Amino acid sequence: MSILLDRDTKVIIHGITGKMARFHTREMMDYGTNVVGGVVPGKGGETVEGLPVFDTVEEAVAETGAEASLVIVPPPFAADSIMEAADSGIRYCVCITDGIPALDMIRVKRYMYRYAREKRMVLTGPNCAGTISPGKALLGIMPGHIYLPGHVGIVGRSGTLGYEAAAQLKERGIGVSTSVGIGGDPINGSSFRDILERFEQDDQTHVIALIGEIGGPQEAEAAAYIRDHVTKPVIAYVAGLTAPKGRTMGHAGAIISAFGESASEKVEILSAAGVTVAETPASIGATIAQVMEAA
Amino acid sequence: MDIHEYQAKELLARFGVASPEGALAYSPEQAAYRARELGGDKWVVKAQVHAGGRGKAGGVKLCHSDREIEQTCENLFGRKLVTHQTGPEGKGIYRIYVEAAVPIDREIYLGFVLDRSSQRVMIVASGEGGMEIEDISADKPDSIVRAIVEPAVGLQEFQCRQIAFKLGIDPSLTQQFARTLLGCYRAFTELDATMVEINPLVITGDNRLLALDAKMTFDTNAMFRHPYVAELRDKSQEDPRESRAADRGLNYVGLDGNIGCIVNGAGLAMATMDMIKLAGGEPANFLDIGGGATPDRVAKAFRLVLSDSNVQAILVNIFAGINRCDWVAEGIVQALKEVEVEVPVIVRLAGTNVEEGQKILARSGMPIIRATTLSQAAERAVGAWQNDLSQGVKMRAVT
Repeated sequence: MSILLDRDTKVIIHGITGKMARFHTREMMDYGTNVVGGVVPGKGGETVEGLPVFDTVEEAVAETGAEASLVIVPPPFAADSIMEAADSGIRYCVCITDGIPALDMIRVKRYMYRYAREKRMVLTGPNCAGTISPGKALLGIMPGHIYLPGHVGIVGRSGTLGYEAAAQLKERGIGVSTSVGIGGDPINGSSFRDILERFEQDDQTHVIALIGEIGGPQEAEAAAYIRDHVTKPVIAYVAGLTAPKGRTMGHAGAIISAFGESASEKVEILSAAGVTVAETPASIGATIAQVMEAA
Repeated sequence: MDIHEYQAKELLARFGVASPEGALAYSPEQAAYRARELGGDKWVVKAQVHAGGRGKAGGVKLCHSDREIEQTCENLFGRKLVTHQTGPEGKGIYRIYVEAAVPIDREIYLGFVLDRSSQRVMIVASGEGGMEIEDISADKPDSIVRAIVEPAVGLQEFQCRQIAFKLGIDPSLTQQFARTLLGCYRAFTELDATMVEINPLVITGDNRLLALDAKMTFDTNAMFRHPYVAELRDKSQEDPRESRAADRGLNYVGLDGNIGCIVNGAGLAMATMDMIKLAGGEPANFLDIGGGATPDRVAKAFRLVLSDSNVQAILVNIFAGINRCDWVAEGIVQALKEVEVEVPVIVRLAGTNVEEGQKILARSGMPIIRATTLSQAAERAVGAWQNDLSQGVKMRAVT
């Protein structure tokens, strides 16, 4: 098994009629993702790429049995789309949209907590590249061909840096069980810890790679969780060694504003929790290979 | 996005948060005139720059006469104020706020921030106002009181009372204190702030609560719904390169090194900077040109990076996913034809159609130094920069 996403997972796309959404829908279908429809208010009844379009997520779920959704709508509307998915029985939602106001995300998180844990939708992102279970399905905008199927679970904040890691693994013939982007925003749907918990329970995942960056407490929270609960080997890389304090480095969440949020402090915290840290971004693949050989 | 103190005070006043009487001036004469309008016999002259630590840096002065105000302002206007937050280059003083001085009994620190652990708004307060919050947490951590706001119902009065009692505020002022906190919270949420800081919030000799200083930072991503707040942006307080980048939809942060970086994706951009450092160089900037590395964006990126005269080599690192390497390579070649580049350019492409991309770069006839891996790219960039220094090797593309 992989986590969050499988060959059979039925997927709908929010905003499917948009140019980017249409393009990525085609890419996901070509990869083998089971896309069953789309949602655009006021465009119900149309078809895109041979898929039915619905006015509401509720209707799409009732008609298609969709379990997962991809939010790829402009920032002012993204929070509303995520809440609609949460309320309509979607089990897993990936939000790609970059630039959602932080207070909107606080509202989204609060709204999701009105559901009991077993009924609560899982959200990854926003501002992420998506999730891929190589050889099975892709829910996002990443290039599928750089991932081989295998046993490394990847969780990271950044899109292209995640690609870099996957490509380094592919070069060594090492495959990935699932790669999850949790996004670069300060308020996100799932944390490193949430995804680590899933990888720990997943049979297909033998080794976990965590790709963090400066800013926020989630790498340190992950370190504490790894120390106490994770039995599988974890390797990590933290980007932003040269990032100055107090400056936002592209991602809204990539800003050192408190103690423990710099790259070197995070490396120290992760190392102390027993995580093998790759010292450079160029050695992520080699470090994983070493850890796998030793395991 | 930051705004000035006087702007934050104006905004907060609309939410019931009181500050001393004050007025803005653009010249020393105007400042003196403003002081006469305000009345009284003591005024505080405050340089308006987007940085903390103004007092220690000489940007805030107590004055007792028109004459003193004019003199103080003469010294401040047009000068760069260097505080521990501005960096050595400082920030220009073009506006001065003149405020009636008030008798102070007690100073309180009050801050509202986005707390990333609880993913909610958190109030941070301390009885040790006037000090920077970093110093309070280092020297008097026990004085700090925190409260987290439940987003569904917002800040409650009992939470305000709790904070008031923990800080030992006189019960006769609890109501006023609660009104101040509730006002700040409403301003925070209704205007999409990411930080509201009143430091100090003072209790005056005549038992009033006044915001003596105020700082607000806003969520750039939410400015589409607050055009009035967005207008308060003051480009004179920004690094001109960063303003230019922001206006062109590029994400740029200027640094002190010599190797310019052009990268797609924020995480990969940081990682590329790290590699340069590890290879013995120093990055000149952070620059994320976004997922789609179109020729137009690449050209803009080259112009932007080259506007920094410290740049002695440029490293382009693009991991092409959906946008293919061949297309990105054409973009780079196109950009180098348009932009005059006199420093070594190192290009590393990876991802979809990488071989075609490399061929396009090779065939272009331009002296582009190619690299296939991240470490090779960083080593070649640092090597080219060092070589360039010793041998004066130059490349030039015709405009």
